[in-house]
Amino acid sequence: MAVKVRIPAPLQRLTQGLGEVEAGPGTIIGLVNDLDKKFPGIGERISEAGKIRRFVNVYVNEEDIRFLKAEGTEVKDGDEVSIVPAIAGGC
Amino acid sequence: MSYVKGLKCRECNREYPVEPVYVCEFCFGPLEVIYDYNGIKKVLTKEVIEKRGQNLWRYRELLPIDGEPQVGLQSGYTPLLKADNLSRELGVKELYVKDDTVAHPTLSFKDRVVAVALTKAREFGFDTVACASTGNLAHSVSAQGAKAGFKRFIFIPATLEASKIVASLVYEPNLIAVDGNYDEVNRLCSEIANKYRWAFVNINIRPFYAEGSKTHGFEIIEQLGWKAPDNIVVPCASGSLLTKIWKSLKEFKEIGIIHDVQTRIFAAQATGCSPISTAIKQGTDVIRPVKPNTIAKSLAIGNPADGFYATQAVNESGGYGEDVSDPEIIEAIKLLARTEGIFSETAGGVTVAATKKLIESGRIARDEVTVVCITGNGLKTQEALHGQTISPYYIKPNLASFEEVLNKMKNVK
Repeated sequence: MAVKVRIPAPLQRLTQGLGEVEAGPGTIIGLVNDLDKKFPGIGERISEAGKIRRFVNVYVNEEDIRFLKAEGTEVKDGDEVSIVPAIAGGC
Repeated sequence: MSYVKGLKCRECNREYPVEPVYVCEFCFGPLEVIYDYNGIKKVLTKEVIEKRGQNLWRYRELLPIDGEPQVGLQSGYTPLLKADNLSRELGVKELYVKDDTVAHPTLSFKDRVVAVALTKAREFGFDTVACASTGNLAHSVSAQGAKAGFKRFIFIPATLEASKIVASLVYEPNLIAVDGNYDEVNRLCSEIANKYRWAFVNINIRPFYAEGSKTHGFEIIEQLGWKAPDNIVVPCASGSLLTKIWKSLKEFKEIGIIHDVQTRIFAAQATGCSPISTAIKQGTDVIRPVKPNTIAKSLAIGNPADGFYATQAVNESGGYGEDVSDPEIIEAIKLLARTEGIFSETAGGVTVAATKKLIESGRIARDEVTVVCITGNGLKTQEALHGQTISPYYIKPNLASFEEVLNKMKNVK
């Protein structure tokens, strides 16, 4: 078992077209770094200077990490992480 | 002919061709339509606009379509009403209501954005349109998509008001009611949009869709006699409408239709979901998401995609943000109805209540010209007023019974 990570379309070119990949447990920012080792370049697309980019939303088991411990949120084996660009709606 | 030069990332300025893409592939920043303003300046004048039909396509050079308008041919150009009774009540000199409660065909400002989005979807060759919606967008995509002959998938939070659900179902789209709040519906839709080649109006058509909101601002200026007001109060959910109204003012200046923009833009939110007005009040551009809890469901977006830009627009214009409680929203809906004869949905209650507070706190000066944006019709959210209105008088079907009541009313007044 590992952490399941859902990859949005704009980043799938970096994951050989995969919409779902696996990463090791740890903090969210650690997970991003781990992904970057497997899929070089993906790290700087999601984060900048150790922070998740403004228009990237990250969810752990469907909860926005900004309601958890942000970049320091811990994920463990079996957790599901979604990376989703912000989108519009309402007024 | 089109005056669109392409798309550009608002964050990192990377440029993209005109395609159904919605975020910068590099940094996920939102993409913005860029125009050839020098070209537009030569053809789009006040005189040209005034000769055109009374719909939003009168500003078509500033909208991101290539060919002829194909959807929403009668949308837009709603009344700008001089609200003398409400001005008196609030103690200001000049107040106007931009009244999208009577937007065609589905009674909210979403008819503007959907007209543009579906025209663009057709240009791109899509046969299916979709959206994530808190109600108004669902109605407009369902209705306008029906007329234009698109297949339609509409995703809504299952907790929406019953009347709002019926107002989509009647157009017979595929309506998917999701067990979750709007942010969760949106997140699901962005995953669905990855997988299916559909025109999601607020996802992969978003850069084009959002441009339709500018027409709300263009009309305010035109209907004031080609003048920008001192203040505009805008309800905020994602912050998109506010951002686009600010853009509309700047574009009219850019092409020489107005000479100066001194307008202050104010963001109105419900206290139960106020990430944008909170950021403005705290003087930060970091938008902290919230879990919405308000009767203003059409504004209940806890994670506003354009919140950052809305905050910037408000600050740049010298405006402010204000939030109001649910009882204040109800009171303001009733105030607008009894003074101006306009029945607004809860979002309009937010706008009017916030305007009242901004006037009382001196943020909006009493001798200035202020426009409040009323974006949707109250018939859609009647549940919010159950038990909150006055009551009818019940009588027998005879004159004596009526006059008995009439006498009681006289005694009361």
